[in-house]
Amino acid sequence: MNLRYSKEYDTYRQSLQEFLKGWPLQGDEAELPKQKQEQLFRQRGVEAGYVYFAIPKEYGGAGQQPDVLKSAIITEEYARVGAPGNCVSQGPALLAPTLIEFGTEEQKREFVRPTLRGDLRWCQGYSEPGAGSDLASLQCSAVLDGDEWVINGQKIWTSNAQEADYMFGLFRTEPKASKHAGISYLLVDLKQPEIEVRPLKQMTGALDFNEVFFTDARAPAGNIVGKRGEGWAVSRSTLKHERNLIGNPNMMRAHFNSTIALARRSQRGGRPAIEDPLIRNRLAEIEGYVRTAEVSHLRQLTAEAKGEELKVMLPMMMNKLYSTDTMQKIMTLAYDLLGADGMLAPTAEDIASYARTHTSTGFVEQYIFSQGPAIAGGTTNIQLNIIGERGLGLPRDLRVPK
Amino acid sequence: MNFDLTEEQELLQETVRGFVANECPPPRLREIFDSGEGTDPALWQGMAEMGLAGLMIPEEYGGAGMELLELALVAEALGSGVLPGPFLGHSLAALALMLAGSDVQKRQWLPRLATGDVIGTYAVAEEDSQWEPSEWSVTERAGKLNGTKLYVPHADIADLIVVGCSGGGLALVERETRGVSLENMQGIDRTRPIFKIVFDAADAEALESGEAASQRVRDAALVLLAADSFGVASSLIRMSVDYAKTREQFGTIIGQFQSVKHQLARLSTDIEPTRALVWYAAHAFDHLPEDAERAAAIVNSHLTDRAMHTARESVELHGGLGFTWECDVQMWYKRAMFNRSAFGTPDVVRGRVATLGGW
Repeated sequence: MNLRYSKEYDTYRQSLQEFLKGWPLQGDEAELPKQKQEQLFRQRGVEAGYVYFAIPKEYGGAGQQPDVLKSAIITEEYARVGAPGNCVSQGPALLAPTLIEFGTEEQKREFVRPTLRGDLRWCQGYSEPGAGSDLASLQCSAVLDGDEWVINGQKIWTSNAQEADYMFGLFRTEPKASKHAGISYLLVDLKQPEIEVRPLKQMTGALDFNEVFFTDARAPAGNIVGKRGEGWAVSRSTLKHERNLIGNPNMMRAHFNSTIALARRSQRGGRPAIEDPLIRNRLAEIEGYVRTAEVSHLRQLTAEAKGEELKVMLPMMMNKLYSTDTMQKIMTLAYDLLGADGMLAPTAEDIASYARTHTSTGFVEQYIFSQGPAIAGGTTNIQLNIIGERGLGLPRDLRVPK
Repeated sequence: MNFDLTEEQELLQETVRGFVANECPPPRLREIFDSGEGTDPALWQGMAEMGLAGLMIPEEYGGAGMELLELALVAEALGSGVLPGPFLGHSLAALALMLAGSDVQKRQWLPRLATGDVIGTYAVAEEDSQWEPSEWSVTERAGKLNGTKLYVPHADIADLIVVGCSGGGLALVERETRGVSLENMQGIDRTRPIFKIVFDAADAEALESGEAASQRVRDAALVLLAADSFGVASSLIRMSVDYAKTREQFGTIIGQFQSVKHQLARLSTDIEPTRALVWYAAHAFDHLPEDAERAAAIVNSHLTDRAMHTARESVELHGGLGFTWECDVQMWYKRAMFNRSAFGTPDVVRGRVATLGGW
């Protein structure tokens, strides 16, 4: 066991730190709108080989040999200086790796580069009103008519559909096939009048997710990823990326540190709350969970780097659930530290900016938001079934006879 | 960066697991447990033959010269089978001698501790659960030891007792010495009987170093108790899963019910990732001095707490049977109780986590 990186990786980290001195931007560039600055810096990151590290150059990535440890160093260092690294929205984080794995050459060429650059924005069309946890019972249909799919039905809980250009999603293409076998994975242009996007308001007050209605909407026949009726397998890949996205310990540590800072500035009985034995105890208990997530992550990174993922399959299965529970513990303590400020509503600024944890209302927003991951990407109850059945080998649930 | 065990470390742990499974399966454990003896000379003999009595003792004194990580891997394997015997106190006594003994003291005792011919134990706590070196009040003056120690594991079979003294120092006493009297405290964990020891002008020999060494031994104890707890909790989950796969109610096996399945999945999610936390704290003890003390406190409070929680849930998962003396779960349950209470309960240890964190 050795937690120090080898000389090769230390050197790599140093050159990356050198590159990151370019952020934040200086001079005239610092005057550009924030979004422009981020785009500019991300583009430089791709050219320097640090952003979209393992995606081949011909598709707009940095084209480096996949290297788990280098990727981890990049994530750490970008997070340390708050630089805009890999865009974590659905397109780059979920669709791009799925297309690299399952897409045709044409699809990779057409979609991956603009997606990574942020020129093409995506939403994920999985859930339907009657198909949430029981996703495979989805009904939204796509029928091949000449060289086009004709799509009818509805999607729901579609995050960012209001600003997306395209949807990647699951549609029923073989109505006679059994539940899982009748589904295909399609890429659909949302900018057509046959598609209507209606916002749903989240309990934080944000308008990030939507209902999407299809009435004879169209997609080219070539926009199918994988084979007809094999969309379920393709979506498993996307879901794996999504669960990894939710289980990242860096976010946990950041929120935990913010909560310690909050405990320092909050008062209990006229003294800083951090001096209260009860608060100290709760913080220490939570750190047990945060540390566990961090070192378990190191163990998984090592296994991944050695190609021995099977060895750590069980903890990997647990990542999403573990991080959801830990984040809720952190945010619940923060919420208690707010005292009466816990009754305040999040401001528009809290809602617009991601993960603000230096204002009371920012913490309120994050407290509510920490409910989300228990639902997104498969609810906690479903995760528990997966862990129980695939991890512990318990029998499948009782099924209602048809 | 390589956060994984070496092949040798994995082999060591497998070997100990195999030993536990073969030499102390639940029926044998039950016999020892019910006898109240708290030990089995044949088991200790077997462990000594495998080199486990001197795992951390340097090779020049006849030990294996390994680190706390290896010791923790062994502790986990022993905890998973709640193996009875003096491993914990013996290991801490040997470590105390290594860290604080003079050359003469080391030459005199370490080789015999390494072979297991001499059994050691570590006497720390006093009235009011005082485990911290700064809180000790037993005195050693001019080679005479006076005062009382409590909760000393396996003192009845120990030949050599390392005793914490006022000011955080340490002293050596042989059990078969005038002025040392033992009283069995009737501990809950019958795999580790505990004793009150009264020292009345007992002949003793001070070890060279002071409080810093005592604190190192305390940290090692915290890690070993955490590793043992991880073993205890993992076994309890396995036993409960096995039970849920065989026990039938309402015409089906109970593992098919979501309430049972989810309870087991939650326990597993609580415990399985902490394997890495145990490795980390042991590794920090050996190689990361800046984080060793705090990591030991974090892993101990977290694991002894989570293991007790697992034990309580495991009883429930076994239904009425779970609350009987007959059910094996109780033996793991009581080991979890020992681990949780020794060297400070989780709330006390978390107080140190907070202070060491600069909070």
